Amino acid sequence: MAEQQSSTTPGDPGLRIHTELPTRPAEAAAPAGPPDIVCSSVNLAYGDNHVLHDISLEIATRRATAFIGPSGCGKSTLLRCFNRMNDLIDAVRIWGGIRVKGLDINAHTTDVIEVRRRIGMVFQKSNPFPKSIYENVVYGLRIAGVNDRATLDEAAERSLRGAALWDEVKDRLQESGLGLSGGQMQRLCIARAIAVEPEIILMDEPCSALDPIATLKIEELIYELKERYTIVIVTHNLQQAARVSDSTAFFWLGKLVEFASTADVFTAPREKLTEDYITGRFG
Amino acid sequence: MERHHFEADLQALRNQLLTMGGLVEERVHRAVQALVHRREEDAARVIAGDAEINELQMAIDERCLRLLATQTPLASDLRLITSSMKINADLERIGDQAVNIAESALTLIPQPPLKPLIDIPRMAVLAEKMIRDALDAFVRKDAALARDVLRRDDEVDDLKDQVFRELLTYMMADPGTIQRALSVILISRNLERIGDHATNIAEDVIFIAEAKDVRHHAEDRSGR
Repeated sequence: MAEQQSSTTPGDPGLRIHTELPTRPAEAAAPAGPPDIVCSSVNLAYGDNHVLHDISLEIATRRATAFIGPSGCGKSTLLRCFNRMNDLIDAVRIWGGIRVKGLDINAHTTDVIEVRRRIGMVFQKSNPFPKSIYENVVYGLRIAGVNDRATLDEAAERSLRGAALWDEVKDRLQESGLGLSGGQMQRLCIARAIAVEPEIILMDEPCSALDPIATLKIEELIYELKERYTIVIVTHNLQQAARVSDSTAFFWLGKLVEFASTADVFTAPREKLTEDYITGRFG
Repeated sequence: MERHHFEADLQALRNQLLTMGGLVEERVHRAVQALVHRREEDAARVIAGDAEINELQMAIDERCLRLLATQTPLASDLRLITSSMKINADLERIGDQAVNIAESALTLIPQPPLKPLIDIPRMAVLAEKMIRDALDAFVRKDAALARDVLRRDDEVDDLKDQVFRELLTYMMADPGTIQRALSVILISRNLERIGDHATNIAEDVIFIAEAKDVRHHAEDRSGR
């Protein structure tokens, strides 16, 4: 696990040190290889209700991509397609292609468990298990059959540090995860997600239940996480999308209206619909 | 969903800038007319009136800052508000140039005229029209009109060069004309700078309308 971690650390750090202009970290590094997720004409219907229409987009590797749009526009539905969370819903039909690192995730031969290990998810409401902080973090590893104490300890510390929670909980790892504050619980869920070494982290409104300070901590964390992971975040908070993401996709009635660099979307959107939505002139 | 209060605030911002634009255009006109018709009291009024423009400038900046802080404007709203702050600064500088013209006028009026003033009033007409059209373009988000303003800047520059050349011959022929000639040259320089400020405003209008930064790129100015 530790070796795998170091192999996913992005390129030569020397390249970045020599970047003299104070660019945003997001712009400092060159794109890290081919896109992690490629959607081609993705459609989704719940029974007769056609929810997603011909969505084609590419999610860049080790970048934060934000999905924005009004409620019911399909952004969370698309997010849940990426780790097959929609499988749990009856009468759902998905067609079109979704490839994650080249793997057709909807193929019959694809192992859903493996897909979900590679693609972690953080939800709107934090959902720690009624277990200790430590056991929450290593839960995925135990499920995968890892029982070596040293390995688990190492993974717990690394994941909690990665989720910027270690310093706050290191002296009470055996206390219940449910005793943490809302923001801490959300970071605990992020630690749990990264403990299994995913390549992609999906975040569905991760800050909507948090106060501004806890939100700020998560946003700072996203900045750090995208050094190592590909992040896709659904958010209703436009300022949050503007702050944390490199690219922004705007959805409207199940269609992808615009997908461009975040700076472009928020200063000079190409589409009138995008403009109307982000300036609050919808309707 | 409509943002009525925000919309009203933006409209108030546009109106304040228009008021400011109308004021400074009128000051430029009055300062040059004071010189042409040798009316010291008009020149003095231009100088005294600068405080009003300065106050308006601060009020506009305050509104822009408040809107940025409280409304988190995005896209065209963001471009409108940030560009309004720049337009505001350019308008205030035009007001300052009108004061400079009025001050030069006060030194020229008591002295016998060097020559009939022809190019200076022509420059003033051009510069005033540039201010007016830049602000019309601002109100209507009319990038084509803004580009037309950019093109006209050369005419004002050419007239300034003409004034320089002509008065240089006067000064060489008779050093007794130097003080008056320099005052007229300064006025032509003030008017040329007013044209530059109008040009800046026109560039901001293109940014508001098309999200394109055309400053420092003469080749892009004509549009696609």
